[in-house]
Amino acid sequence: MLTGIGSTDRSDVPPQAPVYGALQSGVRADMWADKAGGVVVDLDWVEQLRRVRDAQDEEAFEALFAHFAPRVKGFLMRSGASDVMAEECAQEVMATVWHKAHLFDPARASVATWVFTIARNRKIDALRRQRRPEPEDLGWGPEPEPDQADALELQQESERLVEALRQLPPKQRDLIERAFFGDLTHTEIAAATGLPLGTIKSRIRLALERLRKEMS
Amino acid sequence: MTREIKHHLTDELLLAYATGDLPEAFNLVVATHVSLCDECRARLEAFEAVGGAVLDEIGEATLSGGSFAATMGSIRAAGKTPIVPATPPRRTGLFPAPLRDYVGGDLDAVRWRGLGGGVRQAILPTSREAKVRLLYIPAGAALPDHGHSGLEMTQVLQGAFGDDGIRFGPGDIEIATEDTHHTPVAEEGVDCICLAATDAPLKFKALLPRMAQPFLRI
Repeated sequence: MLTGIGSTDRSDVPPQAPVYGALQSGVRADMWADKAGGVVVDLDWVEQLRRVRDAQDEEAFEALFAHFAPRVKGFLMRSGASDVMAEECAQEVMATVWHKAHLFDPARASVATWVFTIARNRKIDALRRQRRPEPEDLGWGPEPEPDQADALELQQESERLVEALRQLPPKQRDLIERAFFGDLTHTEIAAATGLPLGTIKSRIRLALERLRKEMS
Repeated sequence: MTREIKHHLTDELLLAYATGDLPEAFNLVVATHVSLCDECRARLEAFEAVGGAVLDEIGEATLSGGSFAATMGSIRAAGKTPIVPATPPRRTGLFPAPLRDYVGGDLDAVRWRGLGGGVRQAILPTSREAKVRLLYIPAGAALPDHGHSGLEMTQVLQGAFGDDGIRFGPGDIEIATEDTHHTPVAEEGVDCICLAATDAPLKFKALLPRMAQPFLRI
């Protein structure tokens, strides 16, 4: 059973290294429920990815891999890739996660969102054989770290979005999923723009402003 | 830097870019606009957050045996990668990074072809479903009156143009649909440089440009 953000007693969660201090206080980047329904594992993906970035921590990467690689493969297969191609691409996507960990900005995206963008780009490359022009990075590089409060808020908001998606009527949820698998025409896609995204957009906007200030 | 932008991308275009559903030519214009416009970047990243939520909720596919070991093997084989942004922000020049990649440099690297009246264009190589070109319109000059059968996106990079009384300045993007017949006129002062994508050939109303069309690939 999943518990609401910030309302959970964390005594069942093993202690983690005191990095991203703000994130320790209650963000649930991901949760797995055991068979009895209690939360047994709470892996903070932001922290795992940070360990990959700073220490090339293979254990942290293995945890990320175990969670995301099967989902990336599922995403690619739903998008029309064969098992063999999806497996190969999923491995490449995860290798990119390792190599580009320094580009992840927790004030602007959840780890799931960031992995999704890598998988989407790999899909365009592999399935459509097209280049994917990307906006220029506002990369903060290894320093400075993004504001911890910003990162916390954004991660919480991302979790709320997952929850909002879960609560949608099946028909609407299916429409949104199919939009991301590339199954919709452009007219149908307009119907998928109805999710409440105002708050998460404002958070990202603030993080971008901060980033611009640091760059100048 | 991005504060004066008045004309933005639509939700439909941003979502289609987020899902990876646009033709390459439109992708380039979206990526260029988003590089210049933090408002649209925030909207885009919010749509991508929906993609993240979908990925989190998706059914897991079974990995092949040794999948993790194979991935670690390729990571080790690649060695330590240097820490640089994939597309570093431009410090000088006119073109944002994604456009620079397609041109092979900045403004001075563009291979222009004259269209008459001082108007010049350069078609950039993309997949064939849609076309993207750089347009150079001398200050005060007009693009020939044209309509189109599909979608047209015009991103202003330098200068400004007016279209039906609406001003499009640096950073602005004009989205025109098939019923639009328009005559963009460059403002006096600075020559206007735009990046324009269409998913169907432009249709010019005047006879001469229409005859020239097959040769000029407009």
